[in-house]
Amino acid sequence: MAEVLFFLAAIGAVVGAIGVVAVRNPFYSVLALVSHLLCLAALFLLLNAEFVAAAQVVVYAGAVMVLYVFVVAYVGGQDEPLGPRAGSGLRGAAVLFGGALFVELCIATLGSGLKLIDSRGTPIGRGFGAPEQIGELLLTKFLLPFEVASFLLLIAAVGAVVLARRRGGLSAGEEQARYSAMDLLRPASTGTMAESVGSRRPALTKATTPPAEDS
Amino acid sequence: MDIGWYLTASALIFTIGAGGVLTRRSPLVILLCLELMLNAANLALIAFARMHGNAEGQIFAVIVMVVAACEVTVGLGVIVAMHRRRLPIDVDELRELQG
Amino acid sequence: MSSLELFAWATLLFPLAGTIVIAVAGRRLPRRGAGYVGTGALALSFASAIGALVMLQDLPHDERQVVAVAWDYANSVGVDAQLSLLVDPLSVFMILVVAGVSTLIHLYSISYLDSDEGYVRFFSYLNFFVFSMLLLVLAGNFLLLIIGWAFVGAASYMLISFWYRRTTATDAGIKAFVINVLGDVGLVLGTFFIFKHLGTLDFLKAFEGVKEGFPQTNDADLVAGCILLLVGAFAKSAQVPLHTWLPDAMEGPTPVSALIHAATMVTAGVYLIARMHPLFEQAPIAADVGAIVGCATLLIAGTTALAQTDLKRVIAYSTMSQIGYMIMGVSAGAYAAGLFHLMTHAFFKALLFMAAGSVIAAMAGNQNLDRMGGFRRALPFTYGCMVVGGLALAGVPPFSGFFSKDEILLLLGDRGGWFWILYAAGYVGAFLTGLYTFRMIFRAFWGEPVPEARELEEGHLHHAHAPSNPATGELEDTDVGFPGPEHHIAEREPTMKIAMGTLAFLAIVGGFLQIPKVTHVVDHFLEPTFEDSALYAREPSGGLIAFGLVLGAFVAFAGIGLAYYVWVKNPAIATRVRERLAPLYKLFLNKWYFDELIAMLVARPALWFGVWAQQTFERIFVNGLLVGGSTGIVRAGSSAVRAAQTGFLRYYALLIVVGMVVLAFYFLLAS
Repeated sequence: MAEVLFFLAAIGAVVGAIGVVAVRNPFYSVLALVSHLLCLAALFLLLNAEFVAAAQVVVYAGAVMVLYVFVVAYVGGQDEPLGPRAGSGLRGAAVLFGGALFVELCIATLGSGLKLIDSRGTPIGRGFGAPEQIGELLLTKFLLPFEVASFLLLIAAVGAVVLARRRGGLSAGEEQARYSAMDLLRPASTGTMAESVGSRRPALTKATTPPAEDS
Repeated sequence: MDIGWYLTASALIFTIGAGGVLTRRSPLVILLCLELMLNAANLALIAFARMHGNAEGQIFAVIVMVVAACEVTVGLGVIVAMHRRRLPIDVDELRELQG
Repeated sequence: MSSLELFAWATLLFPLAGTIVIAVAGRRLPRRGAGYVGTGALALSFASAIGALVMLQDLPHDERQVVAVAWDYANSVGVDAQLSLLVDPLSVFMILVVAGVSTLIHLYSISYLDSDEGYVRFFSYLNFFVFSMLLLVLAGNFLLLIIGWAFVGAASYMLISFWYRRTTATDAGIKAFVINVLGDVGLVLGTFFIFKHLGTLDFLKAFEGVKEGFPQTNDADLVAGCILLLVGAFAKSAQVPLHTWLPDAMEGPTPVSALIHAATMVTAGVYLIARMHPLFEQAPIAADVGAIVGCATLLIAGTTALAQTDLKRVIAYSTMSQIGYMIMGVSAGAYAAGLFHLMTHAFFKALLFMAAGSVIAAMAGNQNLDRMGGFRRALPFTYGCMVVGGLALAGVPPFSGFFSKDEILLLLGDRGGWFWILYAAGYVGAFLTGLYTFRMIFRAFWGEPVPEARELEEGHLHHAHAPSNPATGELEDTDVGFPGPEHHIAEREPTMKIAMGTLAFLAIVGGFLQIPKVTHVVDHFLEPTFEDSALYAREPSGGLIAFGLVLGAFVAFAGIGLAYYVWVKNPAIATRVRERLAPLYKLFLNKWYFDELIAMLVARPALWFGVWAQQTFERIFVNGLLVGGSTGIVRAGSSAVRAAQTGFLRYYALLIVVGMVVLAFYFLLAS
């Protein structure tokens, strides 16, 4: 039973992977990756890693991939032209070296000391891979990596905001169109930073320039 | 199930991911293939954790997932910035390091 | 530090201080201030030299070779280089001569060069020269000797091309310097040869170890070393074939000619051979070479002087000839005699140059003997000094030159064997000396007074309307780098009179220090230095002494008499002889064609080599192959490497994967 499930999940994962690589439309590649992740979650379950499997589905397939979908929608996923522009030699070299890598990895994993270990794996207790065990480890033995990881997430979030924000104000067309309720509520002689810097304070009937930010 | 199968699957997925990185032209898809490689590594980690009966491998996999999430975030931020500046979303066009 | 060492250092350092003070503050002094400062520094130096003499004579006989060490430079790789002076009778003798004559020449120059724009520079250079010469003779090891040698050459260059806007002067300076450098190379190589065997640079230690270092006489290395030292000596002392620079060096101001090219620098070679006498006695072949070259020089120079028409060049060739005597003497073992002649020669040669300077000033810078005549009444003092100097030079008893020259020839005869040839050549040379010296004197001072002389008799010093280069006649300026507008003759300048008078007195009485069989002042004084010499303590027979003295007097008077007959009584004879012996005359006039020979053998091949080097070697090999090749390789290499910078992201990713594959492969193999 476990073998059947394994093969199903494994083939699903590999097919998903090939789909990610081979499909032309990036949107479909994202969907292929989502399916790949779900199959991988199944494989994790087979390996008694329940918490990780759940995290995979919820966090990875659920949050990260949704983010991906949004970005692909924003950027626009037009079909890619066929063939690498850098030269077809690149594709051939990619296949060659990729294949070589696979062979080496297989030799490494299969040909070495795994023979000495019981291929079924050591017997494990009931709570192996359960949330309790993961939680306990995270908060005792791996507390520092846990905290550092959260810090890393913070940095990544800040970084993403900084990278993707607007800079230097809006373009001319957009400036004119921007009109917010605050313009109505703002008293006439309040200085905004833009005014103090010297840009004209427009009348209420015209569009306002938003206060110039740093940058 | 023999642990070797899982490791072979992991190696296969990793290689496919590497081939994807080398072959595709859109940075979005390249990031996706990077995710593939990271997932393959995760699979290997979980498999070894099961093999050794040590849950630390699973912790490692969780942290890897965190890192992958961060990397995706920042990478997509870069792609959005590129799109904002009207740059072509094509790694072959961005060749200013040439020479 | 004992007082002897103190005096020695003071002697050396006063001229150095003079140089620096004059160089720094000279322009702020009043008109002749730099001159007085320079002379004062040298007078102090001379006083210290006398102090050193007194202190030295206080020491017992055996201890009269004192090494004064200031500090050790380095004692690495077995080279014992110290800043040390060797104070012994030989060096004290030399510093007395150098410092004394230099003081008088400085005194002379105070007024002679007045009005020259380069007055301050002159005295600075002159003091520096005296410092270098004193360093040379006081040096206690080969290193300092070489340093002093090089400095002296440099000072000579600076002073010969003193009027540097004259091309003739700068050419002469370069010629002198190049030939001197050749000598320097010989000196350094010779030192190396000797150092290789003796292992020490210090003089006293080297001389003690000569017999062990070179057990057999005429050892090849020692002969080679000594001959290289001789090359150095010949270059500095203007012996054949390295003598061509000395006549040209007369381009310098007359005091320079007096000091450097008569009294001091050119005697450095004589000093060298005398100092290195233990080495030369262990390698008699080299000493014999020195004697033969000295003899050849004295004859060649003597004959050349007969045909010259430039006043200073006649005296220059005479210097060359007399130094030939000295070199011949010290090479043959007559050390005291050679050094004695060095001293007397310094006196009368400097005197002759000073007098010549006075005459040239009366001629407003013109040096041509053909245009001079009858200055006897116009320049009485100068005439008197010139006659005294000429009589001393010719070797007329009882003037100093007589005793010194005959002492050398006496000891040569005493050695016997083939030295009799040198003996005979010496007397022929003495005859020639008398002949050309009085040719010069009679032509310049006797006969009909020339217009300049007549003007001077009336009390008016002749001025050239358009100053010109006496050698080429081209018009020049009186600005910086040229001689000044004024000319000074001895009759009108007290400082010049004092200097010349002192030298005249010394030229007369100097000989009495070493009358054969009567006084032995020089001999006894120098004995501590030369005791170890087998050739030093010789007693020539009384017969030889008497014969030599008589013969010497005879040839001197014969020479003067012939000169009187030809140039005073019957000038037509000179023209007739010149026509009859035209080829010989041309040979003498053209200085035995040495300049042309050197140009053909050395200068022209060097020029060809330079041209070839530039056109072929430099252009093709260096520029093309080496420079072009290395830049080409770098360029090709960098373009090859640049091919990896494609700019494609995926290409770089591929490289990463390739790297991973290779590493994995390596680790698989290694396990």
